[in-house]
Amino acid sequence: MNRLYLGVDVGSVSTNLVLMDENREVRQGLYLRTQGRPLETIQKGLSQLKLDGGMINGVGTTGSARNLAAAVLGADVVKNEITAHAVASSNLVPGVQTILEIGGQDSKIIILRNGVVSDFAMNTVCAAGTGSFLDQQAGRLDIEIEDFGDIALTSKLPVRIAGRCSVFAESDMIHKQQLGHSMPDILAGLCEAMVRNYLNNVGKGKDIQAPVVFQGGVAANRGIRRAFEQALGLEIIVPEHFSVMGAVGAAILAQEAVAGGKPSCFRGLNTATSQFIASSFECSGCPNLCEIVQIGLEDNVLARWGDRCGKWAVQEVSPAETETA
Amino acid sequence: MKITFPHMGNIWIPVKALFDYLDIEFVLPPQNSKRTLSLGTQHSPEGACLPFKLNIGNLIDAAAQGADTMLMTGGVGPCRFGYYGDLERDILADLGINLKLITLEPPDGSLTGLARRIKLAAGDKPWPRIIGAVKFAYGKALAMDRIEDIIHWARPRALNPRLAEEIYRQAQTELDQARDAKGVDRVVRDTRSRVRGLALKQDYEPLRVGIVGEIYTLLDPFSCHDIERHLGHLGVHVDRSIYISGWINEHVFQGLYKAYKDISHHKALAKPFLNHTVGGHGQETIGGAVDFARHGFDGVIHLLPLTCMPEIVAASILPQVSKSLQIPVMTLYVDEQAGEAGLLTRLEAFIDLIDREKRMNRRISDEQTVLGG
Repeated sequence: MNRLYLGVDVGSVSTNLVLMDENREVRQGLYLRTQGRPLETIQKGLSQLKLDGGMINGVGTTGSARNLAAAVLGADVVKNEITAHAVASSNLVPGVQTILEIGGQDSKIIILRNGVVSDFAMNTVCAAGTGSFLDQQAGRLDIEIEDFGDIALTSKLPVRIAGRCSVFAESDMIHKQQLGHSMPDILAGLCEAMVRNYLNNVGKGKDIQAPVVFQGGVAANRGIRRAFEQALGLEIIVPEHFSVMGAVGAAILAQEAVAGGKPSCFRGLNTATSQFIASSFECSGCPNLCEIVQIGLEDNVLARWGDRCGKWAVQEVSPAETETA
Repeated sequence: MKITFPHMGNIWIPVKALFDYLDIEFVLPPQNSKRTLSLGTQHSPEGACLPFKLNIGNLIDAAAQGADTMLMTGGVGPCRFGYYGDLERDILADLGINLKLITLEPPDGSLTGLARRIKLAAGDKPWPRIIGAVKFAYGKALAMDRIEDIIHWARPRALNPRLAEEIYRQAQTELDQARDAKGVDRVVRDTRSRVRGLALKQDYEPLRVGIVGEIYTLLDPFSCHDIERHLGHLGVHVDRSIYISGWINEHVFQGLYKAYKDISHHKALAKPFLNHTVGGHGQETIGGAVDFARHGFDGVIHLLPLTCMPEIVAASILPQVSKSLQIPVMTLYVDEQAGEAGLLTRLEAFIDLIDREKRMNRRISDEQTVLGG
């Protein structure tokens, strides 16, 4: 039977699932909108998987909801998205030295040398220049996000847009639009502003060398891709599975985790229809007032997190104790 | 007089000891929490840093519990902190909360000026008693630093890190309750022996990470999402460039006492990269990173609250330190965010990075030892 590995990347904007085979070929890639409901989206993704007679032998999760996904699926490995993206990229693009990754809320730059991560940075307190901002602007201008980049490419003279802060960028765009600039020029200007912001904010001080890979949902935007090429003067490679690279990385890590015949912790495909209950409460045990989130499956608590002291860790709490919180 | 002092990690323990010793009523604000932050954010200028906002929250809480006087430390130089006490008093006055302000600082560097202010807080108490109180409180600060460092050691090595947290909490309570110098020493001794009694991981040599940066975020776990605990539970041994006693010694006593892990040499270490004061601990941040690199640490994490000027300067110089001393450095800004997912992602990725770097260096040095020469 075909041995398959499932990689799941649950991010703010999208939830991606990848089925990979023993030869690290991607058999199926799913890109779903998280829409603020990570649990349901994971289940929806599971129900859409086509195993074609194969069997899932390992599961890896990544992304900001990686722990949630791991609890629900029964994961063999849980990894941060920086490592996952780096693993995927260096497998698909041998020799890669720079990864530009722009996702929904996060943008990151990863520098690799000799196949290992030597430096990285992530946007910290600012989400200007990420996928959700582009989404929002596309919505405001009533264009499909899928068409954004192609419209931008038709521009002859991109206007200059302030890219430092998404709030300023938006008002700048509105001002330019009210002056009568064309839509392609405004969109192309926004692409340039985003790239400028990314390179100054996330990429500052980093040694960007070819080959450069651009991945994450925003890599679909050809306008941004061209703006990067112009700003860096380098060829930008967008890999085939650019939008699900985190999940690809998680699948590769899952394959490594179960190598040597370790049985997988995967709960099975029927997880798609299980009744998971996510709830939260504020612990009043001390002045920290931690927000505790718990994930339950029928009457069992699968996982709990959010506490600073660790007293809500699952293995040590019986369901009865939750009542008293 | 009912005096209060804003929180900054464990500093409440020595401050409370000072006033208890002098028999002056002390109002301890509730520990920093989401509530403190909401209160503080509501009443602070938007561009102020996180510590300022938490201060405001603490002071409003303390006033509600009857405090009528606030004690603050001041400072000179380009960091805005030196003026926080006055600004906070004025903001509170606008809210109808009138607190008297005593700023503990040596104005123009004169110790007699400092003494006058201490006397202001201590009231009619005789000088020998005041000096006794200061010594006792400083003893608690030193003990707290030792305890924190014992916990730094225990967290990554304990099989069950939760037990290390329990020992830590117990030590905080006991240190607060200690009534004399002997009692203070006993808490440190007991903590040490409790940690010795922990079941440890076999043959485990943790990665070592040094934390540098702005003092409040370094010392106050609420403001930095308890980064030390997260790192410890991820199996990392943590040290930091600033401990409470060092700060009190430098800010209040002008270096008169001996501090725990004294950092007076950090300014000199910073020299090749930053030879001018930039306010706050900007220079010490650079010096601290150099110090950690020289002591063979595997990585450095730089912490600062958003809009902190001295640390912004330091952040722009740290890549040079990283490059020339070959030590990975990661800068983390903290502000109002309550979610920890982003922080954990960065910490985990950073640990992956330094772990691989360490293994690679070991491989290279093995090769050189065996095949070189």
